[in-house]
This record gives sequence, C-alpha cells and structure tokens, in this order.
Amino acid sequence: MRVMAQVAMVMNLDKCIGCHTCSVTCKQTWTNRSGTEYVWFNNVETRPGRGYPRGYEDQEKWRGGWELRHGRLVPRTGGRARRLARLFANPELPALDDYYQPWTYDYDELLSAPLGDDVPTARPRSLTDGRPTAVTWGPNWDDDLGGGPEHLAGDPVLRAMNDTVRLEYERAFMFHLPRICEHCLNPSCVAVCPSGALYKRIEDGIVLVDQDRCRGWRMCVSGCPYKKVYFNHRTGKAEKCTFCYPRVEAGEPTVCSETCVGRLRYLGVMLYDADRVGEAAAVPGEKDLYPAQLGCFLDPDDPEIARAAEESGIPHDWITAARRSPVRALISTYRLALPLHPEYRTLPMVWYVPPLSPVVDALSGSGHDGEDPANLFAAIDALRIPVEYLAGLFTAGDPAPVEAALCRLAAMRSHMRRVNLGEPQDPRIAASVGLDERSMHAMYRLLALAKYEERYVVPTTYAAGSPEPQPVSGCSLDAEGGPGMLPDEEAFHAPPSALREPAAGRANLLTWNGRDTAGLFPPRRRGTSR
Amino acid sequence: MNHPLDTALWGVLPYLVLTLFLAGSAWRYRYDRFGFTTRSSQLHESRLLSVGGPLFHYGLLFVIAGHLTGLLIPESWTEALRVSEHTYHLTSLLVGGAAGLATAAGLALLLHRRLSTPSVRRATLRTDLLLHPLLSAVLLAGLTATATGAAAHPYDYRRGVSVWFRSLFALDPDVPAMTHAPFVYRLHALLAMALFTLWPFSRLVHAFAAPLGYAVRPYIIYRSRART
Ligand code: HEM
Ligand code: SF4
Ligand code: SF4
Repeated sequence: MRVMAQVAMVMNLDKCIGCHTCSVTCKQTWTNRSGTEYVWFNNVETRPGRGYPRGYEDQEKWRGGWELRHGRLVPRTGGRARRLARLFANPELPALDDYYQPWTYDYDELLSAPLGDDVPTARPRSLTDGRPTAVTWGPNWDDDLGGGPEHLAGDPVLRAMNDTVRLEYERAFMFHLPRICEHCLNPSCVAVCPSGALYKRIEDGIVLVDQDRCRGWRMCVSGCPYKKVYFNHRTGKAEKCTFCYPRVEAGEPTVCSETCVGRLRYLGVMLYDADRVGEAAAVPGEKDLYPAQLGCFLDPDDPEIARAAEESGIPHDWITAARRSPVRALISTYRLALPLHPEYRTLPMVWYVPPLSPVVDALSGSGHDGEDPANLFAAIDALRIPVEYLAGLFTAGDPAPVEAALCRLAAMRSHMRRVNLGEPQDPRIAASVGLDERSMHAMYRLLALAKYEERYVVPTTYAAGSPEPQPVSGCSLDAEGGPGMLPDEEAFHAPPSALREPAAGRANLLTWNGRDTAGLFPPRRRGTSR
Repeated sequence: MNHPLDTALWGVLPYLVLTLFLAGSAWRYRYDRFGFTTRSSQLHESRLLSVGGPLFHYGLLFVIAGHLTGLLIPESWTEALRVSEHTYHLTSLLVGGAAGLATAAGLALLLHRRLSTPSVRRATLRTDLLLHPLLSAVLLAGLTATATGAAAHPYDYRRGVSVWFRSLFALDPDVPAMTHAPFVYRLHALLAMALFTLWPFSRLVHAFAAPLGYAVRPYIIYRSRART
C-alpha cells in the first residue's frame, strides 16, 4: 500500500443555476491574456448539449483517455511509437473552430465615428487574424438549450441513447454541468506528453504543466478526454487548470469554488492507495470503473491507514483534514457523488452529485406532489430517460448508482420536509435508502446549509520528501533558510523558492520587444548579495 | 597561397559560425528555456499542415542522414566495403533527390499555408521572416547541387566538400578543397552557415528538443513540490 493524498472537488449539480460566475472569475484570474482568449479552464455547459469544445465526449473522434488493448492500458491516441511518429502534425488536435474563434469589437468606432444620423456600431473583429469577422459560434452558444434541437443532436451522450428517448428527453429536463480539469489519478494528458512537461504533484495530486519544459508538441490537448488542456497559440505552450494551486497551498479554496454563487462546490482531501490505481483503471468492464475507483480510496479513520499515511510522509494535519473531508463524505460515506465519464479510465477527481430537481420538476409539472417520497421513488424509477442520461455521464451507463444517489437525495428532501413542517417523522424513509436519521441531518447540513468551513477543508501545503529537520544547537530559528537567518533584507519577504516565478521579468526571444536587452540576460550582480 | 577571402570564408567563418551556434544555443537553453517550443500553428490550420509538416520533416530526416553519411564517411571506407563510387553516386542521387524533393514540396506547402491563411500569417514570428526564405534558399541550392550530379561528368563532392568538412574538425581547414568546388556547392555551404547562425535564435531550437526520452520513460510522472 502506498498512501497518497489528493485535494479533490465535488459539485452538487442540483444547485448550479448556470450563472457562469465561476467561469468568469477563473478567466479573469488565469486566462485573460492574448493567446488564451478562447481558453476557459472552467466552463459551464448546458446538458444535454454539445459542450465545449463541441462534442468533446466523442472519443471515437478525439481519441482522448485510455483504452484496454489486449488487457493493457494504452492511451487511446496510441502508444509511444505512434505519438512520436505524429509529432509533426497531430491528427486528433481540435481546431480553434471546435472551441470558437475568439473575437473582440471595434469599440473605438463608437467614439471616433463622425457625427451623423446613423448610430455608430462596433463591428466584431477576429482576435487571431485581426480581420473583421462574422461571429458564428462562441462560448455557451447553446446555453439553456438555445440554438435549437440540432445542437442537442450533437450531444455524444444523447447520441448513444435511442431516438425516441431523445425526443422525450427534450421535454424532460435540462441542467448545467460546470467543468474544470479533473486532476485525474491516472492522467492521460501526462502520459501522452513527449517532453514530460506535465506532472502530477505528489503532495496534493494537482496536475500541472511545467512551462519551461513544454516544447509545444500539443499531444496533451488531444490526450485529455475532457479537453481540459489548451494550447496557448501565442507562447506555443500548453496550459491547463491549475486547481488554483497557489491558493490551495495556502489553504484557500480555488477561485471557482470561492466565487460560486450556488455554493455548490466542495473541496477536501482524499487519501488513496497509489498501488491500486493502475489496476482500477484497467478493470475490463466499463461499468466496474466507478466501484473500482471507490476501491482506491482509503479510510483515514482507520488507525492502520493513518499510520501508513504518516509513514508515506503525509503530515498529520492532512490526515485530520481527510477525516473531516466533505468530499470524502459525499463520495464514500453517502455515495452521493459520482465521477464524470469513468469510462475514460483516467480516474477523475472532480465528482458530481447528480441533479434531482429535474425529476421533482417533471413530477410537479404533471400535477403530483414532487416531494412525496413514494411519488419521488416511483418517479426516479419511471423517469428512465433522465436517469439513463445521467448514467451516460457519470457511471458509464449503469443506472443503479445514479438511482441510488437520487433516491438518497429524495429521501433527504422528504425527511427534512417533515422536520420543517413539524410532521411526524418516518424512520422508514431514511432506512429505505440505507441511512439513519443522523446521517440524514448531516447530509442535509452539508448539502443544503453548506457552511463555508464545512465546504472547504483544505490544509496548507507541505513538501514531500523534504529532509527531516536536523537537531541544531542554539536557536532553531537560525537554521538555513529559517526566519532567524537574515542574509539580506529581501530574503525575509521572499516567497519560498518553490513559489518563486522563475521566468518573471524575463523576456523570451518570441516575446522580445526588439528594442532593449531588458530581461534577456541575468541581472548584473550588485556587490556580494549571495 | 589561398586568396584571403577564401581563407576567411572556408577557414575562419566556419569556426565563428560553430562558436555562435554552440554558445547561442547554450545561452538560449539556459536563459530562454520558455522559448524552446515548436510554436505550433496547428490550432489555426490543420489540413495543409497535416500534409506539409510530415512531408517536410520526414524528407528532412532523410536529407540529414544523407548529409551525415556523405560528409563524414570518407570515400575510401565505402570503397573498402566494395561500394563503387558509381553505385554510391547513383544511390545518393536517387534517394537524396527524392528526399530533397519531398522536403522542398513540404516546405512549399508550409510556405503557401503560412502566406494564405490569415491567422497563421499573423502568428508568424519576426525570425520566421528570415528563417523561411533562408531555409528555402539552402534547400534549393542543395537540390541544384544534387541535380548537377546527373551530368555526364559529375563533381565528386566526397573528394572535395567532404574533405574540407572533415578537415574543419581536425582544426586544419583544407581551404583549397572547397575553393575548387563548383559554385552551387559553395553557395549551399555558405547559406547553410547562415542557417546555423540563425538556428539558436529562431524556432529551429525545437529540433534540439526532439523528445527521444519519451520512448523509454514511464507514462505517469510524479513530481514533488519540493523539487520544482
Ligand atoms: C526531429 C526533430 C524535429 C521535430 C520533432 C520537429 C517538429 C516540428 C513541429 C511539431 C512543428 C510545428 C508544426 C505546427 O505548426 O504544428 C515544426 C515546425 C517547423 N520545423 Fe520542425 N521538427 C524537427 C526538426 C526540424 C529541423 C531539423 C528543421 C530545419 C532545419 C525544422 C524546421 C521547421 C520549420 C521551418 C517549421 C515551421 C513550419 C511552418 O512554417 O509552419 N524542424 N517542427
Ligand atoms: S482532466 Fe485534467 S488531469 Fe485528467 S487527463 Fe484531462 S487535463 Fe489531465
Ligand atoms: S458559479 Fe456556481 S452556480 Fe454559477 S455557474 Fe458556476 S458552478 Fe454554477
């Protein structure tokens, strides 16, 4: 057993109102630069719908993720030899058109147009070639099912279901699916990177691109089945969701979580057994992937596991955080959260509580009491279509775990309604979904009240494998790099070296202004500062 | 006695170019690692690239292999292997010619793509304005030199240019071996030196980054925060 820790996320889809606040704050933080105009580390797509980039779930076309070949796990885009042979042009790379062509408007026209009878207009202009353009697609073009049924027809999950289902479904329901990088346990983006620039961090499992090592082979873009690695067309480097690592290191939630209007995102530590990951990703049946991934997670309340975790170098506060982890509660304890597309075999670590509201709405719409447990359970059973669709998203098509999660949500709703209305409580409701009243209340507290400190349980970072502090004689603060050591004034405020931006202030031949040499050479040393 | 200009061109310039090539690459690697990238433009245009890119690069790999054998392996060695000059010449003419033509066709396609696709054109770097014409010129001069090999009494470059090339590494440049070479060969060599000078300062550094280690490394890479 090799215990590792990961900061994971769960999103409660019932509460997402599709406001895109998360996308916008994320963009403002990370991708409001030229070269990344089309890049949304966080996007919210309407389901059913095509998603972003369009139809990204169609792995027959994009070949993202892993597949089993003769029982062995191989990136779907091909093994090492094929990747190297395709370096010169990657046949599976999405084009900018599959995302959308970024544009701006000639705002200047509004001010500089001469006085006249016509209202001046700001015409759209392409951000890639600078020419006037016609806007034909953009982020969330098909938001809230806008644009008509042809967009629905392009939904790969829907396409896998049969036609009658599709028609009925359009009437049945719609929900929003916010997506970020899954920071997978078995990341295929890492596997297909020829330069080894992508890596998974040992301490917190965050998957990052080393910008100094990326050589722009753009294999990761197609290797990720969720299409959550993007190519910066100005710098020629891959960029991806960073899980806001500078914030997470400081014990703060990611920007998308912090700003989420619905307060539906949960962050917490998951302990898992790294030795089981390979096996779990390679189970033959696609429907077995969800249980297999559940089997990788470890129970931090088990003293045996806690000891193994400490032996693996996981600090004590991380283990206590894992015990309090809301993510673990939703994934393992209540079995409410499900992984997105486990069939890609990357073992994703951003999970989703499936939405119950559409079922309730459909029920209420047909004149029934949408909160009556008997009605609800029957509806979950009867409304095959939404359940089947959700299963296509979250469990590789197995409806049982989705139904179980929805029934648990339904039971919680009914139970809490009785509590709120002061009606006599019926312990059979909780029992029918394998829970008791206490866990009903705990679930309710976590999902409905969703207090800030309970939603985000993020311990501050550590450094795996850093040498044990040496016993020192004299003041321990005087150790190398300690606060008592003051080589110069600046060092006191300098961030730890791991956080220091290596390329800050440096020019690059591609971005060089062509005039002076600022940033091209190391700064001249002043005196003997080192 | 060599003409001073010949000495400068074939005895001194190669060392200047080599120094600049090595020092420039070392500087770029040390100080501008972020700039080591293909600067792929595939996001903008994929159709032409998927033909032109592989055609150019695969052709180029053969061309480079041909140059290495032609320049580094002395004629006496191949003769010892009982490969006559005639056979060698014919093979190099056919294989080299085909590879050269493929490379040229690929480059032509890439150039056409770069000029005709507005977004790719916009993404063109300043160094590309120098690089692409220079690369085309080197290639054309080289192809012309190969084509002259089809003449009745072709120039045997392995007794001239190659001797000069190897003498450079013995630190005893054989300048006359080069001065007696036909003009296209000298032009090709000069343009190539220009290309090597530009190399470290252009997108060509991506060739150094050829990810050969990928063939043997494990799929998943873990890294510690502490070591980054
Ligand atoms: C084995 C080593 C090499 C690899 C793996 C490689 C790979 C690549 C890749 C991926 C691109 C970007 C294509 C795109 O836009 O997506 C590229 C472009 C380019 N490469 Fe290479 N390359 C190699 C060696 C070379 C060499 C030796 C040369 C020239 C002497 C060269 C010249 C070029 C040029 C000129 C371009 C730009 C083409 C354009 O105008 O779009 N490459 N290369
Ligand atoms: S979701 Fe994230 S970690 Fe998983 S393969 Fe894609 S980019 Fe990599
Ligand atoms: S901010 Fe929250 S509620 Fe709004 S779209 Fe994003 S995830 Fe949904």
